[in-house]
Amino acid sequence: MRIQEPRTPRAAAAEPAGGLTPVAVPAPASQIRKFLQSRGSSSLADSTFRWLMVLCALSIFGIVALIATELVSSSKLTLTKFGMKFFFGSAWDPVNADFGALPFIYGTVVSSLVALVIAVPLAVGVAVFLTEMCPKALRGILSFLTELLAAIPSVVYGLWAIFVLVPLLRLYVNPLLIKTLGWTGLFVAPDFGIGMFAAGVILAIMILPIISSLTREVMTAVPHTQREAVLALGATRWEMIRMGVLRNARIGIVGSIILGLGRALGETMAVAMVIGSSPTISKSLLAPAATMASVIANEFAEAADDTYRSALIEIGLALFLVTIVVNMLARLLMWAVTRGAPARVT
Amino acid sequence: MASALAVLATVLVIAPLVAIFIDLVYKGASSLDLNFFTKIPAPVGETGGGMANSIVGSGVLLGLASLLGIPVGIAAGIYLAEYGRGTKLSTVVRFTADVLNGVPSIVMGIAVYALIVAPMKGFSAFAGGVALGIMMVPTVARTTEEMLLMVPHSIREAALGLGVPTWRAMLSITLKTAMPGVITGCMLAFARVAGETAPLLFTAFGNQFWSTNLNQPISALPLQIYVYALSPYDEWHRLAWAGSLVLIALIVIAVSLVRYVTSRGVLKGAS
Repeated sequence: MRIQEPRTPRAAAAEPAGGLTPVAVPAPASQIRKFLQSRGSSSLADSTFRWLMVLCALSIFGIVALIATELVSSSKLTLTKFGMKFFFGSAWDPVNADFGALPFIYGTVVSSLVALVIAVPLAVGVAVFLTEMCPKALRGILSFLTELLAAIPSVVYGLWAIFVLVPLLRLYVNPLLIKTLGWTGLFVAPDFGIGMFAAGVILAIMILPIISSLTREVMTAVPHTQREAVLALGATRWEMIRMGVLRNARIGIVGSIILGLGRALGETMAVAMVIGSSPTISKSLLAPAATMASVIANEFAEAADDTYRSALIEIGLALFLVTIVVNMLARLLMWAVTRGAPARVT
Repeated sequence: MASALAVLATVLVIAPLVAIFIDLVYKGASSLDLNFFTKIPAPVGETGGGMANSIVGSGVLLGLASLLGIPVGIAAGIYLAEYGRGTKLSTVVRFTADVLNGVPSIVMGIAVYALIVAPMKGFSAFAGGVALGIMMVPTVARTTEEMLLMVPHSIREAALGLGVPTWRAMLSITLKTAMPGVITGCMLAFARVAGETAPLLFTAFGNQFWSTNLNQPISALPLQIYVYALSPYDEWHRLAWAGSLVLIALIVIAVSLVRYVTSRGVLKGAS
């Protein structure tokens, strides 16, 4: 996408920058002065522009502050009525205006944990494969594919999960899990296909690209001398990866996992479509459940009275605070790694 | 053994992607026809009908979002790269932008609901556009900053040495040099919000009819896919697949275009 070349007077100013013509045709001084003035050469224009830019930068704070104040003021009703009890109560009874967010907090935590348990080993495996053993030609294609995975909208994942993943789980995977892992109490019938486990699986697919691409980034930041040193000591390739690469990159990997967790906690549409939306806490992962984000998506439109709506907004506020803390943690870890790391060797 | 595990992991990761694409193309293309692009949704029970109003609605929402999000994002990026380099304030702004990037989109939706929809007593396209626009700001700001930092100092100095005013030098010289990269960032932000459903649920709300009025509820592709996917009718499921295919095609085209542009060099004058 090439931007049109500037026309005459401006071209004269821009050309020496590209180093094309050493000296432009000299123009009379008054003409230059006139030209500069016509182009807004004044301290007023400069400071106005500067403050405009600062204002836009500060608007990012403004947005965060605005979100926070709006959420707090709109959930005042339940904040005062239930207090901290809101987060420990497990009743969710809109008819009697009794609200507790525990089932949703439980659902969010458990579905994210299921996603992490599935996604983390796979993501690290992919990152190891891409950085340490993949042929160069394949690397480009694979990293493009994982990037593409990140570009698919949440609602499309949800659609695919409803019509492809859930039947697959119900027919093949879940019966197997019930048979082999039923004794743990985590996988017991009845099995509807939709439920906590389906949500965890689709979340895992969704957060994989983030974790693997960030892990890949911190792994390539490990200097080659580390690898060579470990290999020189007689280590095998696997030992080299474990001791030379993974150990050096561990803080960054933890950071990327936390970033993936932040995404999983707030993920809405795909989860709302397959989790079954039931405000209950059950040990079995095959039972329907609900997360903080999914309950907002599923119930907000039909929340008619103020207390109900306020309760849902308070859940949103809690989600906002939790994801901010998780993201800050992840960013601090990632920053610590990238700042302390030596120049990237490619 | 370890290599086999890593290869297995890669295959396991690529498998769902391939499956999703095959399903999308197979189920989507078979139900894609001209009606899809020209008709509005048919009433329950009737076959036919399309998502023309949703495609236009998505266009209106994304246009509004870009109008709000891109200028603010670019300006914030200019501040971060040019004025605030190395200052404490810029570090904090940068950090806040990163954190804002991680705020769940559903939270953005209810915040805008409380901010705009509740006081105005009605869902509106305007509210949807604002929600999406806010989500674009951090991405655009961060990529703009990164691209501006890559512009060599000599170019700025050359412009200033010729007596070009600072603001003019930033816009016409520095920003212009970094333009391909900045456009890439804008496209990425655009592709990201194009598929967002959660922030639109309680702001744009969706509409079964034609509407381009900013004060009225408006339909959007992701919203319509969501409604149709959860419906009990086969005809609507068919349309949901077709809608997903169109949405993905738009996003993939945007992302590939971006990759093509960036592979040809991020900066125009800096070689």
